[in-house]
Amino acid sequence: MTLAEANQPGAVPAPDPGPVLSVEGLTVSVRTEAGLQPLVQDLSLTLKRGETLAIAGESGSGKSITSLAIMGLLPPPAVRVTAGRIRLGATELTALTESEMRSLRGDRIAMIFQEPMTSLNPVLTVGSQIAEAIRAHQHVSRGEARSRALAALASVRLSQPERRMAQYPHELSGGMRQRVMIAMALAMRPEVLIADEPTTALDVTVQREVLDLLRDLQRELGTAIILITHDMGVVAEMADRVIVMKSGRKVEEAAVGSLFHAPAEPYTRELLAAVPRIGDRPDRTLRPDAPADATVAELSDVVVRFPIKTGWLGRAALNVHAVEHVGFDIRKGETFALVGESGCGKSTIARAMVGLVAHSGRIAIGGQVLTGQGRGEARSLRRRVQMVFQDPMAALDPRMRVGELIAEPLLIHGIGSASDRRARAADLMLRVGLSQDQLDRYPHEFSGGQRQRICIARALALKPDLIIADESVSALDVSVQARVLGLLKELQEEMGVAYLFISHDMAVVDNISDRVAVMYLGQIVEMGTRAQIFTNPRHAYTRRLLDAVPVPDPSHRRQHRERPGGEVPSPVYRTGEGPGRLTLRDVGEGHLVAGAG
Amino acid sequence: MAGYILRRLVQSALILVGISFVTFVLLYVLPADPVRQIAGRSATAETVENIRRQLGLDQPFVVQYGRYLAALLQGDMGRSYLQKTEVTELILSRLPATLQLMSAGIVAELVLGLSMGVAAALMRGRAGDQLLMMASFVTVSAPQFVVSLLLLYVFAVKLGWFPIGGYGTAAHLVLPAVTLGILGSGWYSRMMRSSMIEVLRADYIRTARAKGLSGLRVVLGHALPNAILPVVAMIGIDIGIFMGGIVVVESVFGWPGIGQLAWQAIQRVDIPIIMGVTLVSALAIVIGNLLADLVAPLIDPRIRLR
Repeated sequence: MTLAEANQPGAVPAPDPGPVLSVEGLTVSVRTEAGLQPLVQDLSLTLKRGETLAIAGESGSGKSITSLAIMGLLPPPAVRVTAGRIRLGATELTALTESEMRSLRGDRIAMIFQEPMTSLNPVLTVGSQIAEAIRAHQHVSRGEARSRALAALASVRLSQPERRMAQYPHELSGGMRQRVMIAMALAMRPEVLIADEPTTALDVTVQREVLDLLRDLQRELGTAIILITHDMGVVAEMADRVIVMKSGRKVEEAAVGSLFHAPAEPYTRELLAAVPRIGDRPDRTLRPDAPADATVAELSDVVVRFPIKTGWLGRAALNVHAVEHVGFDIRKGETFALVGESGCGKSTIARAMVGLVAHSGRIAIGGQVLTGQGRGEARSLRRRVQMVFQDPMAALDPRMRVGELIAEPLLIHGIGSASDRRARAADLMLRVGLSQDQLDRYPHEFSGGQRQRICIARALALKPDLIIADESVSALDVSVQARVLGLLKELQEEMGVAYLFISHDMAVVDNISDRVAVMYLGQIVEMGTRAQIFTNPRHAYTRRLLDAVPVPDPSHRRQHRERPGGEVPSPVYRTGEGPGRLTLRDVGEGHLVAGAG
Repeated sequence: MAGYILRRLVQSALILVGISFVTFVLLYVLPADPVRQIAGRSATAETVENIRRQLGLDQPFVVQYGRYLAALLQGDMGRSYLQKTEVTELILSRLPATLQLMSAGIVAELVLGLSMGVAAALMRGRAGDQLLMMASFVTVSAPQFVVSLLLLYVFAVKLGWFPIGGYGTAAHLVLPAVTLGILGSGWYSRMMRSSMIEVLRADYIRTARAKGLSGLRVVLGHALPNAILPVVAMIGIDIGIFMGGIVVVESVFGWPGIGQLAWQAIQRVDIPIIMGVTLVSALAIVIGNLLADLVAPLIDPRIRLR
């Protein structure tokens, strides 16, 4: 059953000539000690029935504030609409009282959010949360609301909708939760759906499914969608028209085709230029082939398992097989990328390599073999490997000055005098593109990109052979991301450091890596040079992964295949059981593929 | 589930043995001499020694504790030195009164504390919030006997709405229970306030509002069940502090429970009773914690007991 049939049998409204939603001169301001500060200024937009309007921009551009203003959900009392009008059909939203606005919310205008993990109430069942959305607007019996909630779940192509009704959010995967959010938002057949970064937190294959679903439902229901996103690939695939925002103002508005092919504004051009694209980099001229002993890390047959359920005597009954029989080498000065979706074990490998989790099998860093106990690995070993994490704010102690943070590894290893260390920190600051007089500032005084540069400087302090970059650019805006990637490459050229680059973003991996290993459920399914993996993917999973990446080119839209959102295969097994071991086969020139390929 | 409860009960038994040891040591090194209390001021040195020998108090510590533990494991908590009655019997006869006061007191402190906390969170930063938090500060810092006596004076002596003391009817229960409620409400209101403020910022609250739910439904249906979780864990821990309050309140209101029994026993160094009441209180705390842990998964399905 489709949502249309489920909710309003037979009632397909006649096409409306006027816009469904129009915003005129919208200004949203926040009250601060320094007076009213505008977050969004003089924004106008119109949205036609059945159309998708993308609002694109980097963090701080005011795109999310705009959507909250339309929903009447601005955080009171500090943030409010200070000028402009918002009209939904014939209704002037800015003139409504809170209770009038409430009756529209979820009924005529609905919203889905970025984090499906936190956007559903953890203590209520999926069914009750959807039924509640229906009962908030229509006086129907509990049974009626329940059956309509079930129909809504079925309409978002969730497998076993009957069972999902009684499940709690934590029992569902991220993609399934976002489907639930969509079912909830569309249950009342709203005229307008605002989707605020709906797929940003999802894996790329799941993102593909959710985007396809949104487009299908839009076609069925004629809902107008405002899609808020920072991802130009998603914009290209989904939007009819695009508004580019920067610092609270509209920079450019255009049909999607002309925006991508002939951007009018310099900012738009910059933004599009910064977007990483698969296959737009020439192969790196390889350094003179290093001798065979110039590896910085060797892994063979590495296994990491975590017990998750213990029986009476503390024996594990179930185990997460996070990493299964993984082996690869990282050569001096190269960038080796590990790609895969969340839960595939890529970060666990990184943690095993720095001795943070116990493993079996062999990990050698610069010829020195790790004990595998997960604790107390030799300091000399830790000196050779450093890490840069995803969230630089969380990785920097907010109460330490930047100079202290960068010099701390030297202090821990007892290198140099206090003034030596400070001089080295100053050097490193310069090296990563920051200035020396910022040494005494605190992390919160820097932007996200600058903080990640500080983390990189800290990782470089000990002159390591290998830096493990675990999703190090994933949280950054594209323009910042491009600059940080450039910095990483420069530093590599200059210092000959090797990177283990862990990422879920295929375009970024294509941009920076020399060799790539694709992981799925704890095992490597394919490994080879960047060109081998990206131009000649042999394993079905690698192909699926590459195929799912949104292409930042509107003329490249493709047909999708229908796939119901079911359960994700799990790496959890009973003690004594485990996944079948994949064997990698060379299909030519060191390109390794699991199974038949 | 049954396995979990069994494991927790075995742990609890070990905890109780540990508590019996610590209490026994503390009473052993106490400078007060129970034999002096029994014999009276005028007793001769010989009488005192006789009594000491009869009670086995002349034995070394290890022997004394060994005997006590051996008896305890058979369910025998010994005899009161002064009342010449089995301690088990004394405690059992007074336990119903204490349990009654305890349940009424816990209900009172939860109703008061939670509603104050939720109200303060919703009025965050405004005058009402500050007023409520000031009130909670007063209740947290007020001594137990002051609150008891104040309520007793105003509502029993001056207004005559409730009996001055004693036990039996619902009217007797009101003042002591309200006293306990007021004393405990400060902690709960502060905890509930901060928990509620945090939950109100959560993404799922925004989702609930985006669905068009009314403010009341958002608070009661979505925020409260999430905000109450840390409070539930607190109830288990709080029973220890609560038992301390009960000793004072029972004494002030003449409530014939084990708190009053303990108070009298402490004054007269009646060691078997002190030991018995301590162990029963410890048991209450252990059971309270177990119940809190068992209730938590009913509120939050993500919690698994293992």
